[in-house]
Amino acid sequence: HPHQATQMSNYCLNILVFVTLQQRDPMLKRDGFEDILEERRNSSDLKYALRCYAPVLYKGVTPCKANMLKNIVLQSDQLRYVINQVSQESGEAPDIIQEEASVILEEMAHRLQISTVRFFAFALSKAFKTLFQHVCVNEEGIQRLQQAIQEHPVVLLPSHRSYMDFLLMSYILYTYDLALPVIAAGMDFMGMKFVGEMLRMSGAFFIRRSFGGDKLYWAVFSEYVKTMLRNGFAPIEFFLEGTRSRTCKSLTPKLGLLNIVIEPFFKGEVFDVNLVPISISYERILEESLYARELLGVPKPKESTSGLLKARRILSEDYGSIHVYFGQPVSVRSLAQGKVNRSTYNLFPRHIPRKPMEETQSFVNDTAYRIVRLQEDNMVLKPWVLMASLLLQNLEGMELSVLTEQTVWLRGLALSYAAFLDWPDHAPTAKVVSSSLALHRGLACVSGGRVSLVVGEPLGPVTPEEALFNRAVSVLSCASYRNQVLHVFLRPAMLAVAMLHLSDEVYNCFSFLWDMFSNDFILCPGDTVQDFEEACYLLVKTGAVQMPQQDIVMTDIGQPTLSFFNGLLEPFLQGYQVVCRYLCEEASEGLTEKQYIPAVRSFAVKLILAGNLRCYEVLSSDMQKNALAALLRMDAVRKVKNRMISHINQTQISPSLSLVAVAEDLCRDGLTPSYIR
Amino acid sequence: MHHDASPWSEIMKWNGWGYSDSKFLFNKKGQAEFTGKRYRLSGMVLPSLQDWFENTFGASVNHKSPPALNASAVPPASLNEAFVEDLKATGIPFSHEAEDRVFRAHGHCLHEIFALREGKKFERVPDMVVWPNCHSDVVKIVELACKHNVCLIPYGGGTSVTSALECPPEETRCIVSLDTSQMNRILWIDEKNLVAHVEAGIIGQDLERLLNESGYCTGHEPDSMEFSSLGGWVATRASGMKKNVYGNIEDLVIHIKVVTPRGVIEKSCQGPRMSTGPDIHHFILGSEGTLGVVTEVTMKIRPIPEYQKYGSVVFPNFEAGVACLREVAKQRCAPASIRLMDNEQFQFGHALKPQVSSIFTNFVEGLKKFYITKFKGFDPHQLVVATLLFEGDRERVLQHEKQVYDIAATFGGLAAGEDNGQRGYILTFVIAYLRDLGMDYYVVAESFETSVPWDRVLDLCRNVKERINRECKERGVQFQPLTSCRVTQTYDAGACVYFYFAFNYRGLADPVHTYERVEHAAREEILANGGSLSHHHGVGKLRKEWMKESISSLGVGMLQSVKDYVDPDNIFGNRNLL
Repeated sequence: HPHQATQMSNYCLNILVFVTLQQRDPMLKRDGFEDILEERRNSSDLKYALRCYAPVLYKGVTPCKANMLKNIVLQSDQLRYVINQVSQESGEAPDIIQEEASVILEEMAHRLQISTVRFFAFALSKAFKTLFQHVCVNEEGIQRLQQAIQEHPVVLLPSHRSYMDFLLMSYILYTYDLALPVIAAGMDFMGMKFVGEMLRMSGAFFIRRSFGGDKLYWAVFSEYVKTMLRNGFAPIEFFLEGTRSRTCKSLTPKLGLLNIVIEPFFKGEVFDVNLVPISISYERILEESLYARELLGVPKPKESTSGLLKARRILSEDYGSIHVYFGQPVSVRSLAQGKVNRSTYNLFPRHIPRKPMEETQSFVNDTAYRIVRLQEDNMVLKPWVLMASLLLQNLEGMELSVLTEQTVWLRGLALSYAAFLDWPDHAPTAKVVSSSLALHRGLACVSGGRVSLVVGEPLGPVTPEEALFNRAVSVLSCASYRNQVLHVFLRPAMLAVAMLHLSDEVYNCFSFLWDMFSNDFILCPGDTVQDFEEACYLLVKTGAVQMPQQDIVMTDIGQPTLSFFNGLLEPFLQGYQVVCRYLCEEASEGLTEKQYIPAVRSFAVKLILAGNLRCYEVLSSDMQKNALAALLRMDAVRKVKNRMISHINQTQISPSLSLVAVAEDLCRDGLTPSYIR
Repeated sequence: MHHDASPWSEIMKWNGWGYSDSKFLFNKKGQAEFTGKRYRLSGMVLPSLQDWFENTFGASVNHKSPPALNASAVPPASLNEAFVEDLKATGIPFSHEAEDRVFRAHGHCLHEIFALREGKKFERVPDMVVWPNCHSDVVKIVELACKHNVCLIPYGGGTSVTSALECPPEETRCIVSLDTSQMNRILWIDEKNLVAHVEAGIIGQDLERLLNESGYCTGHEPDSMEFSSLGGWVATRASGMKKNVYGNIEDLVIHIKVVTPRGVIEKSCQGPRMSTGPDIHHFILGSEGTLGVVTEVTMKIRPIPEYQKYGSVVFPNFEAGVACLREVAKQRCAPASIRLMDNEQFQFGHALKPQVSSIFTNFVEGLKKFYITKFKGFDPHQLVVATLLFEGDRERVLQHEKQVYDIAATFGGLAAGEDNGQRGYILTFVIAYLRDLGMDYYVVAESFETSVPWDRVLDLCRNVKERINRECKERGVQFQPLTSCRVTQTYDAGACVYFYFAFNYRGLADPVHTYERVEHAAREEILANGGSLSHHHGVGKLRKEWMKESISSLGVGMLQSVKDYVDPDNIFGNRNLL
């Protein structure tokens, strides 16, 4: 009885989803926050910077002097092995390679000094008090971290939205008398001589952005990190996302460093490693409009000290609050239980570098995604994030009263989807909306009772293109707030899109969207079914859909929710569609990756200027890159010697077809597994 | 019909380790003492044991958990009458008295001893016991067993710690315990080739004593040598404390005679080494009673060494100690025995110091302690001790001793005297008695071992201890467990590591189950850290589940095919190993 079986599986499905949501969903036990600036406003910063600082380390080890650490690394079996190997391959004497290693290490290593930390403690206290209203930290998370640091090597994994992140992290740890981390930083900081050295002395170590084939560099780097980890000299901190997210969406995690810090566990060199997801949420990001310009192709200013000083202007503005949430430490040991057989490491000497086994690789990949999702879960969302989501669906502006009303509605929806919403207690909604608008007056303004996006006032006459870019800057800035809530709504929103376009192939369409968007959003590999079930569960829970037997149908009251969700994903669908159109219609054979971004951008500009496209977000290089990556991954486009070869042929996609129609085609061809029907 | 030919069951405890007259107890003054006259510690008062015991386990001498005195109810014997009739005709003594059967239904695993103490019923015990007197008796018994399809379980010294002696509960045939204790003679000594031909039922200490009378020894001294038998050593691939000089059992045997359901396995000569295909001895060594009964063994003997000297070295920490042992192994200059005890065991050893009568000795002890901890800066909660035993002619022993102490010095080791060394080895023999004391006071304890490559020794020790602590916590053990380890053997490519693990089980409903789960987790941890399933205890039924993982399913298949050929009807049905 297939029918019964489906019902049965639906029933099991609901239970399963409920259980997994409960496991993942931290809503029930999220900690409260304490404002650490409050004390700073009431007592001497100098005293604070000079106070006794005596953190407890892993199993009470004594901290290791920077020089001693270098010696341990240079004399390690691991490094010596690679030095000999490189020497044999290159014909250079081992001494010379050893010297090279020593130079690499010198360039890389941190030189944490308590005096520099104290300097930052003082300077940042001053700066934070000017810039921010509150810096809020969940103290229970700090207590958990303190415990974890003493028991196991700890890896701190904060989200990355701003340059502020790692100074802020060290500042907080100093405040709570916790061991200061050593932080993996990109080499680009080293461009700023003085600042680079200051950061080095506050615990940063520097890694080159790319060193793909350089065996020696990799060996020095990984051994340096592992030595610190194994001995528990300091918590290791790095950004899983690899770089600051310019869009405020979490980025697809990078695995290199995570592999390095997990390996000592697999090799039995440490009993366990604790990964601590940390969510840093900014009410207003310092780099807000800078990011938008960067995404639009205004090149990123080279990090230079003077550039940073120019940022002084920033100091005169109000950036609202920061929330830093230290998540539950995640034990690698428990995660790996039953997934990785450690005894496969028994038959190979541990000091010889080896590519991780497939089992390990997929474990690390999975872990990285889980951690980023944990970061997302504990990101604090402000009311403005909801307002921005609504404004972007009404680019022509909204009545203030309508915006207020819909924001309240959206708040209810967000809360029932377990969003970590920081909505002021006991404040009338109108007050909440108006103070949000005040803080973000650079992005939205009210005039004549209508709220609309602010478009930067140009100096002098502008070309239509310049006007377009100005508008795009404000749309992308606004989108960076909407993006913060996407992780909450993403799954049900994809389901809503699937229902709208392909009501009889809902799962297949969902699965297609899931696959296509997995560069843009954090979708754990292999979780398609689980995510689908979660989406169903959430939409049913809020009454937007019903699931009579094996069907999914919208309810009478489901319309607002589903159409909001459709609007939420609309820019992404349109953006991907434009990219496809460009590849079909315009792209010449042999397009290089370098040419791709400017070319697709000018294609989109033409469409917008001609009045054929109203979506500005497609101008974002982030979306363009993600779309291309998705098409490459899905084998619609192939790369041959750095040149793109489009495989999207006219039968698969024509300008008149929406991307969703592509999904339909793909489904008919049976490329995706059939789930429903 | 009762005929217990074994004197053992009278002088041995029926529900604990070793001799009935030897045990630890807390006297009326609350001081610990060790009764009897058999050991160096016998009759002595051990003033620090109580403190150590109470502090380590959170136990109290006021909380007693004495054994239940009622002998356990024994399932009735299910006899194969035809077999009994034929056996009677041979004149080989046998018994189906409850006491004889229960005595041979177990080894010395924690759960076995715990069940005996609590008066719990064994699910299955042997239905009868036979005492063959010689090889041809065994041949007759095995023939009759095949004829009447009864299950045979060979029994030697009964010191198994792998559930190897447990009767498979699912066995429906009559189970006959074949007790080899009467086959305990040295049949001949060949001084030209320095070998002795010995019946396999002989107990270790008797073998040494008898050989000593002729001026020889085997040098094979497993910790269980007071009670374990030669046949048992062969069947489990035993290892002796002094293997560095004499070798392990596989190095010592020249020839083995085994009675199997297919007949007797023997070789045609006693050549010291042969290239005649895979060595069939290696099917027998470690076969754990699944293929047949080892009846006679020809093994190497050596003249008794002229000179023996104990020694000890204190190291500031375990890491330094392991590094030193590794270097000693590298230079291939290991003394007859070299063992490294961790700090927990060092402290434990100290708790077993007998009362010192003279003020002077006390004073000297104090000075030593001052020198090591204050002057040399050793942390008493970190320092570890290596115990040494040198053997040979006097001059070479002294030379050897110097070499080892010189190496130790380069790792920060300080010579700590003969006395400390000797005490370390005494501990080995009395530790099993201490488990019985623990069980009187709500403390359960067990040991397990592994072998591991040198570079993983430290990681394995640390991770296994940590795993035990964690598992105890997670399983509701309310007191900090004792986890301790020592490196007991060194090899060119690795070491043997021995763990002790004990905890106070007050508040636990089923301490044995808890213990077993923790040991299981510890073994998983050992395997994940590059340790072996066993160095010398064997697999038995306790560790069967990991055999495939350990030797591959193909390997298991190879062993199975040997079993199927040698014993197609599973007469030797103890179900160990496979």
